[in-house]
Amino acid sequence: MTIFVFCIALFLIGLYAIVTKRNLIKIVIGFALIEYSVNLLFALIGFRRGALAPIITKVHTTHNFVDPIPQALVLTAIVIALGTTAVMLAIALRIYERYKTFDISKIKRLKG
Amino acid sequence: MKGMSLIVKTITNIVIGFIFLYGLYIILHGHLTPGGGFAGGVIIAGVFVLKYLAYGSSKAGEKKSSIISSVFESVGALLFVGIALLGLLLTGVFFLNFIPRGTPLHLLSAGIIPLCNIAIGIKVGAGLFSIFLALAAFKYIMED
Amino acid sequence: MSIIPLYFTIPLITAFIIPLLGKISKSLVWIVTTIVSFALFILALYGVTLTQETSMIVYKMGNWPPPLGIVMAFDSFSALMVLVISIIVFTGCFFSLRYIAHYTGQWKFYTLYMLITAGMMGIAITGDLFNMFVFLEIAAISSYCLVAFGVDAEELEASFKYMVMGEIGGLTFLLAIALLYARTSTLNLADISNTIQGNGMNSFFWMILGMLLFAFSIKAALVPFHTWLPDAHPAAPAPVSSLLSGIFIKVLGIYTTARIVYNIFGLTRANAPTFFNLLIGLGLLSIAWAGLTALKQKDYKRLLGYSTVSQIGYIMIGFGIGNYYGVAGAVFYILAHALGKGLLFLTSGAVVHRAGTRELDKLAGLGESMSTTAWSFRFGALSLIGLPPLVGFFAKLFIVLGAIKAGLLWLAIIAIGLSVLTLAYLLKIENNVFMKKGKMAGLKKAPFTMRIAMVFLVIVMLLTGLGFQTLMNFIVGPAAHALLRGFEYAQLVFGSFALNF
Repeated sequence: MTIFVFCIALFLIGLYAIVTKRNLIKIVIGFALIEYSVNLLFALIGFRRGALAPIITKVHTTHNFVDPIPQALVLTAIVIALGTTAVMLAIALRIYERYKTFDISKIKRLKG
Repeated sequence: MKGMSLIVKTITNIVIGFIFLYGLYIILHGHLTPGGGFAGGVIIAGVFVLKYLAYGSSKAGEKKSSIISSVFESVGALLFVGIALLGLLLTGVFFLNFIPRGTPLHLLSAGIIPLCNIAIGIKVGAGLFSIFLALAAFKYIMED
Repeated sequence: MSIIPLYFTIPLITAFIIPLLGKISKSLVWIVTTIVSFALFILALYGVTLTQETSMIVYKMGNWPPPLGIVMAFDSFSALMVLVISIIVFTGCFFSLRYIAHYTGQWKFYTLYMLITAGMMGIAITGDLFNMFVFLEIAAISSYCLVAFGVDAEELEASFKYMVMGEIGGLTFLLAIALLYARTSTLNLADISNTIQGNGMNSFFWMILGMLLFAFSIKAALVPFHTWLPDAHPAAPAPVSSLLSGIFIKVLGIYTTARIVYNIFGLTRANAPTFFNLLIGLGLLSIAWAGLTALKQKDYKRLLGYSTVSQIGYIMIGFGIGNYYGVAGAVFYILAHALGKGLLFLTSGAVVHRAGTRELDKLAGLGESMSTTAWSFRFGALSLIGLPPLVGFFAKLFIVLGAIKAGLLWLAIIAIGLSVLTLAYLLKIENNVFMKKGKMAGLKKAPFTMRIAMVFLVIVMLLTGLGFQTLMNFIVGPAAHALLRGFEYAQLVFGSFALNF
């Protein structure tokens, strides 16, 4: 149970970074932290003590397998995280090109 | 972008084939061992990224490789959806296996899963390289 | 051969064929996209007729039975969402031919446009929680790119702001899925529903529901979380604004909320009055706050963006009332607002295309020169305000009726009273742009394809308004019943599995 709480703590650290940091790249890093925390949580949910990785081999074992579904979900979530991070970085680069800064306190043309 | 020193170029030349082969291995054994289309595709994209970093590239070369990788990306995605749709056409169920399953734990087994892995490998390899190009050389690519 | 998977595979395939076609010819891309979106419209109509016969069509991906495999659960509510999506996608696509002409890389626009369509279609028909997340992210990532499509400074800024908010929502959704999986060991919506039915709502499930509501409120732009919408929707190209405001936030925010609250968690006003009052509270806050902020806007599209936030509040109130009339009203409102706001954003596109500016003060005199656009705007605005023969009136009528039947007379009075806000801010555009005489009077008419798209939406709006009884009996009523049957959703999904497998 405590280890789940640590995952949530990591999630909140990422959220803290997104909310308080002023640099666009640091905000993206905050998102990366959140994604890691959720993926870690998924992997831990599937974990069983003393169980093997869910791969069928020629050697027959008496061990149990860990739950494979969270691992599949983590793979999918990683791919999605890759996509969002790439789009975010691309847009951050473009913003730098237009505003010549990564500081969000100087990027505020939209108001009202 | 300029290339790197002679040492880097030589080592790259030696290593690049092995990395590519390893990526192919990961893709083709996706249904037997850990890995598969995504992991192998990332390794194959790594080959192109390595070559790009070691040798550098001109504006024209970047444009050309971005076009080629976008074509490969579309082809990979279409292959994947095409396999799923073939299942719909041949068996009446989306994504259902339509070729013989073979014996388990052999290279030619698991029905359409290796084909899907190959399609994903093409898609991910080309896609990741496009992402790399878009971030590394976005000034040139976006101008077209 | 079933047509259910075609709803998202056709746009997906088109999205990946377009980059290949784009290298050959520019106009070919538009033709293909238009044909495909029209085909989707026909398929959606066919889907509506399918749900008349069977109340729940379950499609098993790869023939894996429900708790193990991914299923597509297609019922009347999904059919309605698919129909509305296809109408807005078709008109937006038709509209975009001339609007997109001055952008570079047009095929990228159509690729993203088809990807966003595939994502929304997927959300509307999926019966699996993680699958819903994947489609949601497909649609969301495409929408971030489409908002930034013009790559001007403001558009990029709006897109980044939108992306930060939207991703916090998306990742909260993912965290909720992880926790829900830890407790229920399943991702199938029907199976989760069964587990909740077995255990009853305990504090853990309430926490999950809270996280989901937070995530979907961000996606739906309800008031405390609305700040991204008035930036992002105006920044996008007009056909995309029409798509985003018209249907995107409803699929990502409202449809998912309604489906999860009613069918998965099986809540009704009787067993969870506080939660439903919370929904009503969020709705009222949205209507009032965004409506008042819209009044002081000086930008055509930004005003419409605030108007969207305000109108979403009505839908939330309808779902918060929770009886048949309220839910039917909310479902009707989804349709009415999609047509109305889609049309209004298209008129903004025509105005921007000809006049080159969005500031209300500089646009005077367009009423004479762009008469089709002006009349389209009037029809859309009157429908949103709720004038009788138009579709918006019936939507509001049902919500008010629902409020009265639920014994919430104060709510009915407030909902009617707040319509004045809608009238006020839409009259501001009407006065400044289309009624006032000014120096914009010499402009040319909007291009032909744009006028066709707008007139098409006006006709659809008139038809739905005049034939509302038919619509009520065949589409909206069944959709409301589909939501109100609560836990029966799970039995239907598993029941049809026993029959087909």
